[in-house]
Formats: sequence, structure tokens, C-alpha cells
Amino acid sequence: MALKGLDIFKLTPKTNCKDCGSPTCMAFAMKVAQGAIAIAKCPHMSVEALAKLSAATEPPMKTIEIGVGECAYKLGGETVMLRHEKTLINKNLYGVLIAAEMQDAAIDALLAETAKVDYERISQRMYVECVLVKCGANAARNIEVAKKALGIGREIILDCADAETAKAVVEATKEAKPVLCGANAANWEAMNAVAKTAGIVLGVSGADLNELHDTVEKLEAAGNKNLILDLGSVSIKDAFANAMEIRRAALKNGDHTFGYPSIVNLAALAPGDMVTQAALASIFTLRYGSIIVMERFGYAEALPLFGLRQNIYTDPQKPMKVAPGIYPMGGANENSVSCITVDFALTYFVVSGEIERSHVPVNLLVPDAGGYSVLTAWAAGKLSASSIAKFIQEFEIESKIKNRTLIMPGKIAVLKGDLESKLPGWKIVVGPSEAIQIVRFLKDFQ
Amino acid sequence: MPFNRKSKTFNPIGAVSFGDGERAVTLGGGNTLPLCFFDAKPSHPPAVGIEITDTGADTAGLPLLAASYDGAATLVERAVRAANLKGVDFVCLSFQGADPDGLNRSVEDCAKLAQEVAAACPKPLCIAGCKNLEKDTELFKAMGMALQGHNVLFLSAREENYKTVGAATALAYGHKVAAESAVDINLAKQLNILMTQLGIAKSSIVMNLGSAAAGYGFEYLSSTMDLVKAAALEQGDGMLQMPVITPVSTEAWSVKESIISQADMPEWGDMEQRGIQMETVTAAACLASGSDAVILRHPVSVEKTAALIAALV
Repeated sequence: MALKGLDIFKLTPKTNCKDCGSPTCMAFAMKVAQGAIAIAKCPHMSVEALAKLSAATEPPMKTIEIGVGECAYKLGGETVMLRHEKTLINKNLYGVLIAAEMQDAAIDALLAETAKVDYERISQRMYVECVLVKCGANAARNIEVAKKALGIGREIILDCADAETAKAVVEATKEAKPVLCGANAANWEAMNAVAKTAGIVLGVSGADLNELHDTVEKLEAAGNKNLILDLGSVSIKDAFANAMEIRRAALKNGDHTFGYPSIVNLAALAPGDMVTQAALASIFTLRYGSIIVMERFGYAEALPLFGLRQNIYTDPQKPMKVAPGIYPMGGANENSVSCITVDFALTYFVVSGEIERSHVPVNLLVPDAGGYSVLTAWAAGKLSASSIAKFIQEFEIESKIKNRTLIMPGKIAVLKGDLESKLPGWKIVVGPSEAIQIVRFLKDFQ
Repeated sequence: MPFNRKSKTFNPIGAVSFGDGERAVTLGGGNTLPLCFFDAKPSHPPAVGIEITDTGADTAGLPLLAASYDGAATLVERAVRAANLKGVDFVCLSFQGADPDGLNRSVEDCAKLAQEVAAACPKPLCIAGCKNLEKDTELFKAMGMALQGHNVLFLSAREENYKTVGAATALAYGHKVAAESAVDINLAKQLNILMTQLGIAKSSIVMNLGSAAAGYGFEYLSSTMDLVKAAALEQGDGMLQMPVITPVSTEAWSVKESIISQADMPEWGDMEQRGIQMETVTAAACLASGSDAVILRHPVSVEKTAALIAALV
């Protein structure tokens, strides 16, 4: 919560001593409010005033770091409720659940299925980042299962409400900087000791928001501000309400106690029902889940959810771009025709989707057009006959594709003449101006 | 210290009802942020519609979907079957067969079919066209009269044809009409203003703000909805307080994740399951962003989405 100049003025000595370099205390307060000058410039501020100010200038939601190396992630640190207000910062993570009580074969199969989901989408690697390990009473078994989860190279979250049991499994896995979930109103002191000794993030849960708030306050008083809040498993309605209330309290109502990222276990909210779990994961991706755990995570769940997350966590000021290059579709080879479009992700997806739907083999050429749509790129000078010719030369298209037919977007039909002179030997065809006409166009063209 | 709870309610969204007599459904009317029913219980939770087409669904590779309509030969039979599926609040009849680039079914034939369905279908009806602007205009004009008294929802009037469609459906026969804009708050508001200036009551207009599948530019849709809901709920903008209907099925079932067969992409697994998840994930994201109604195709998506809404109320 930003302090207003007047609020800061009230905390100054109001002596206008000019020791800070400003002519009056009021002028100094205004500059501090703008962030132009540090509060410490005033040598006469009282200790209480400084404490109050530093609390007020603390970010509303803390950034929590988990994992190490390739599995290091940042959570939280958000400053706005909705992406259009500025941008969302740290994308949520997805995870699957395994339990110490499960059979080895089931655990292995689940982990294998999870590891298999690993692909690239618009220059980002898509994979399930976390495995939640639900611990049992047997310490050796817990360690064995946690090591299995680590074996597929993912961040692990240990779910264990018994401090003694937790200690053993944390000790065995602490190099990976796991998250330890399971602190509550009854065991927080002992769990806090385990987490602090290992230097890992502690997950806190409560029967309701009052109890959770209370426990977090106690943990903070004990010096631990490295926490994650469990959204609970009372009911779907309750978990969603908690997600909204916690984020609203932190960002809108200045409640720093709730300024932490969250974790939600969908396996507990809709056991055995992957469709409902996927729908819930979708809601929590948009509304304030930081780690979202499901029973399973196959391609059917991954494809829509990873796409959704990638969309939501794009910066509204920067368009999503695909990497320039040749994208063969529908089993295209060097003898197939080429179509050219732009690198704006939305355009690429619509165009490629329609081409796939036509089942006509096409080499889709994507030049660097600044991440703009066709007309915008053309108007901005990012898509011209020369830029296309340059792209064809740089990517050595003429040696990779033998077919010399190039279909261009109908929206920039005016470039046809220019293109023909820049690309001798190519047959330039003006394609449709709307993506919806592509299927028909390609079928007729064939 | 206990948590200091601050519940928040806002200016209500308008309520729009369609369907005749006992078979009616109301969209909108809520005064909370999307799905935040813990702040206030909604008088009308979000509704779920099921889409059927006059051409018969393409059920290749979709055995579960095919089984739901097994033995239903005519459009009327399929509409009745769809209406009785679990979780269905209304039926969306989509006249893809009217497309001049496809079957090019005549306006008269379509209107007759719609009349038959309206007479037999036990749930409220929503009528969608074939996305060809000229044909849809003619189609809605004819159907406005043919479906007189059934109070159906027409999907959709656009900037180019709102005068004809609005006059022939809402003004002349008291139907409801969706104002369709392309993922832009300013265009949405402008169309609402134009339609009200035409004389259509606010209680006869819903908004179709456009649609997108998860992963396919969904951020534009969700941010547009976030902005529209903020204007309607927080600032009380009367020209954006109409309820929002989002046709999810057409987008969700045309992206590659839902239509590439398992034979072509073995590691992706069963195609129908992928399609269901794409449709349900997209629907849930729309509801979280502020849709007051979603239109889905697959009975499993419909059932699970409706159950999820019930669990949140």
C-alpha cells in the first residue's frame, strides 16, 4: 500500500530544519511519496515512524522462492488482482499427487505419465513442475517415495502434519529445497523448527480463514516469513472463497498477514473426477492458485491448462510471439506449397489451426514481423516484400523447399507485384484475407 | 487475531429471461464478482446451454457424444434428447446447414425446423446462425416471426446487421437478442447503445463478447470480460450491465488439441477426452472471468460444468 504524501508528513518532525535538503518537511514528504528520495534522508525521524513507514512500503504480497537449479521457481509477488491492471508476474505451478500409501507400481506409472508431458509451446517448455508427496507414518517409506518423485527431476512438496515424521523426510531431501506443507494451529511450532532448520518454505493450513490468519501471525512473530497458504479442502466453494478472500485481503485491504502465495489440492476437492479437477485448475489458474495439484496430469489436462496459463501470464504490453522459421503442417515436405503469415502468436495459431483443419500439406513460413498482426505489421513496416525476401534468404528456404509457390495473406495483396520482383522464380498467389476462408481456399487451390 | 473479512457486493447485472412459460431461464441478476457467491447468494447462477446443429454433429472419433444421441434420427428428437441431458439449462440450436458455402439450406426450411423444435423441446431455446452475415440476417428475420411467442434468444446481432435482426426479433416479437462484438469493451458498449437507441429494452439484450479456446488468445477474452464486469459492477455502467453469454463449443472443438486423432498423435491419448477437457477448461475459465451463460457441445462437459457451478453456489 503506497502512503500518501500527507501521511508521511504527519510522521516527520515538522520543524522545516532543511537537514534533508528539502526546503520544508511537506516538500520532503511529497518527494518520499513519489519515491524520489529515501526516508532515511531525514535524520530526525523517530524509530516508530521509520518502522511504520517501512511496513507501509513493504510489498503487499511476498515473493517466495522454492526449489534449486532447474527446479527453482518464484511464487507470488503479485501487485494487481487482474492482468489488465498491469501484468501478472509469477506464473502458477502445476503438480501431481502421490502418496506413501500407494503401491509402487501405481506411483511409478503416475510419475512416468507425468514425465511424459514435456513439450514446447510458443518458445516455452511445458511440463508439470511439482510432485506433491503425501507422507504416511513410516519414515523410511516416505523417504523412498519422495526420492522416486525427485527421480523425475521435479520440485517436490512434502505433505506431512507430524513434525517428527516430517523431520526425517526433510532431512533426506533438503538439498532439493522442497516445500513442507502441514503446519497448522496445533503443530506450528514444531513444524516451524523443521522448516527453519532446513531453510525451506513452510505450507500453513487452517480449519478456516480465522485460524489460518492466526497461525500465520504466530509464525511471523516467530520470525518465519517464508510461507505458503493452503486453500483447504473443506469444499469447492470454500477453497475458491479462500483463494479470493486471501488475495483480496493482501492486495486490496492491506492485510500483510495474507500476503503469501497459495497451494490447492484438487485431488481432495474432486477425488477421482479428472474433468472437474481440470475445470477447477482452470478457475484457480485465473483466480489465485499459486501451486495447483491434481491426481493426474496427462496430455488431456496439460494441453488446455498450459495454454491457458501461457495466455494469462503474458504481459498485456507485449504481444506473444512465435519463433520465426518453417512450420510444416499436414505432413508437408519440400514439394508442398508455402504459405506466409506473421509471428504474432494469435495470428499464427488461428492460421495454423485452419491449415491443419484443411488437411492440405503446407509449409507455413513465419518471418520476424515484430509480433504484430498482418495489417499492423505491414503498416509498421515490419512486413514488406523486402522483409519477406530477406527472411527467405536468411532461412535458406530455397534450398529447403523445392516447390516455388508462395501463398500470401489477402490483407497485404498490394505487395504482390513487389514480391514477384523481389523473389524471381516464385509463383506468388494472393490467399484469403480472413483465416476462416483458409480451409476452402486450400482445398480449391489443391 | 482473526481474519477481518470484508465481503463485497456491487451494482447488479441486469437479468434477462428467455423461454416461454414454465420452460424459462434467467441470465444475470447477480451483484458479486464472477463466481464469488460467498459474498452473496445469486438469484440466478450461471446457466449452461447445450449446442446441437441442424446438420447433425460430426461424431467421428467421439463415441461418448455419439452414444448420447444414439437412435435420435431427426433434429427434433436430438433437441429433446439434448434438453433432457443432465445439467442442461437451455438448448442452442445452431443452423450450420444454412451456410451458403455448405448445405445452403433455405431460410424457410430452417424456420420450419426451428418451429418443430420449439414445439417439442422441454427447455428454452437459443438460436445460432451459420456465421455468414447476410444469411444469418435473413435467417433471424424469418425466425423472429416463425417462433413468435416462444421468447427465444437469438445469437447474435452484430454491428452490421443489428437494425434488421433487432427489429425482426426483439422489437417485433419480444424475443431476446445477443449483441455480438469482437473481444473489445468499446465495441461492446457501442453496440449496446445502438441497440437500445433502436428501442430494444435493456432487459432484452445479452452480450456475446466473443470467444476463444484456452491457449488461443484467451487473455484477450478474459481481460475484456474483466474490464466489462468492472465497469458494470463497480462503476455501475448501465450500458455494460447486460449478462454475458459465451459460445465455448465452436472454438473448443475446432482447435488442434480437440480434432487431431489419436492415430496421428499417439502420445496425446484419446481424442474425445482431450476435447472434453479443452471444452471444460475453457468453460470454467469463461465463468471465472464473468460469463453468465456458456454454450457447450459435449454432454460430459455440460454435466461437469453444471455440477461445478452448483458446487460454487
